[in-house]
Amino acid sequence: MALLEVKNLGISFGGLKAVENLNMKIEKGALVGLIGPNGAGKTTAFNLLTGVYLPTSGSILLEGKNIVGKKPAEICQAGIARTFQNIRLFSKMTVIDNVKVALHNHFKYGLVSSLIHTPGYFKKEQEIQERAEEILKIFELESYQDTLASNLPYGKQRKLEIARALATDPKLLLLDEPAAGMNPNETAELMETIELIREKFGITILLIEHDMKLVAGICEYIYVLNFGTELANGTPQEVLNDPQVVKAYLGE
Amino acid sequence: MKINKKLIINGVIAIAVYAAVMGLVGAGALSRQMMSLITPICVYVMLAVSLSLVVGFLGELSLGHAAFMSIGAYAGGLFLIGTEEVLPTVVSIPLAVILGGACAAVLGVIIGIPVLRLKGDYLAIVTLGFGEIVKSVFNAMTGITGGAKGLSGIPLVTTYRNFTFVFILMLLVIIVVAHMVNSRHGRAVCAVRDNYIAAEAVGIPVSKYKILAFVVAAFLAGMAGVVYAGNLGILKPVNFDYNTSIEILVMVVLGGMGSIRGSIIAAVILTALPEVLRGAADYRMFIYALALIIMMLFNNSAFKKNLIDKKNLRHAEKLQKEA
Repeated sequence: MALLEVKNLGISFGGLKAVENLNMKIEKGALVGLIGPNGAGKTTAFNLLTGVYLPTSGSILLEGKNIVGKKPAEICQAGIARTFQNIRLFSKMTVIDNVKVALHNHFKYGLVSSLIHTPGYFKKEQEIQERAEEILKIFELESYQDTLASNLPYGKQRKLEIARALATDPKLLLLDEPAAGMNPNETAELMETIELIREKFGITILLIEHDMKLVAGICEYIYVLNFGTELANGTPQEVLNDPQVVKAYLGE
Repeated sequence: MKINKKLIINGVIAIAVYAAVMGLVGAGALSRQMMSLITPICVYVMLAVSLSLVVGFLGELSLGHAAFMSIGAYAGGLFLIGTEEVLPTVVSIPLAVILGGACAAVLGVIIGIPVLRLKGDYLAIVTLGFGEIVKSVFNAMTGITGGAKGLSGIPLVTTYRNFTFVFILMLLVIIVVAHMVNSRHGRAVCAVRDNYIAAEAVGIPVSKYKILAFVVAAFLAGMAGVVYAGNLGILKPVNFDYNTSIEILVMVVLGGMGSIRGSIIAAVILTALPEVLRGAADYRMFIYALALIIMMLFNNSAFKKNLIDKKNLRHAEKLQKEA
């Protein structure tokens, strides 16, 4: 069974069909790319998958279970985590607290226990601290842990967003233009990081990207969207040589 | 280890403040006017710290905090009147405080659920309106609250003579807020403030934490209200209008959003200032307003930012040396 199966997914805003008849099948452990020109509906597709928008048609099956209609927080708990195209960090919180927020559902203690500081509180907080440090270490952010997230350099903010998404322990990670605004060095570093987290966490990744070097370099399979509908899918070689895809990107 | 050091410093400060006040009162060094300020200062510290949970940490502007205070004050006041002859004060005060807090919390839930669907200025206006409604209801319920004439005859159980109890209660409020902020629950609340879309995306139940912060703040304000009632002995609805709500809000904003210590200091200064300036009679409110403006400008000044930057730099250098 595929980890994620999207069937006939569609949403329209008034008369505009932002996404129509989207079908995807993502196997466990795969690294899949979602590409397309600006306004093709890529981010809308992500918003549908994570419950930000309610689809007007179709179904989303995560490990065979339909997750349509669930709230974003529930979908996160079901195992889909994401990053955002325009970075959305908890900017007035420290780097480590950003990660700790994402551990919210994994290390639990009640409100009363936090108010009177029971031994359980200290134990769980210790575990949260250790886990958060561990995650920051993977992303080489451990020396920044007490910095405010908004004071991080841009590339590191992107990294922190991925770190935070990973902290929720997802089965599927959605990356929305992770390399946007990065210079070639930062992009190369990002590609390494993505490879690393696949190895370390055995995680399935779906990413939106415009940087073709990155997409062709690491994705195993690619879906192409144009005007909200699926234009093509296949391996990077197949897709990037597809005349229809070239036409969509470059025109006639 | 770092946490322990902080704990010791805060403990020492608390004990020093307590000892100083007790000493001054005991030695008769304070005028009547100063002594009458002791409980109001504690009440406003409780109110400011509780409101900072909503304004500073949840990031929502609430202009109806006095309403929660008034519910607590009336509930606690009525309870104190009713049990004056039956229960010893050692029992009746804590019960009144809990009752006042609980009533305010219930109201917090009732109002919080519809109100917290709104954001920003909409939420501010609705809480303002709600506060006025509560005031009007107390005005209209003449049979129970005495209406505009006021509810009088409340036993004076939380004046400066009972400073120990009032002080403990104030510490309790501060500790509750500080502990909550430093827990997974508090982090969730701050995450909602900073970016609720991202908070949802990492699995935080946003509505639940909005309500939680709102209700806890209401509970604590209700407790403060009981102390207020037991200090004055008479309650009038007009004492809980939007002016009071704004006063509390000013303390939180002035103290720096999201800073508990700042809220405490601002509450102390702003409560004491009008009384201390009483000698200046005609210029009292002018000086008060001027002080507000100067403090606000200082809070936003490059000078203060420099101070903070320097402090952070020293901290970073220290960390590097250790590494």
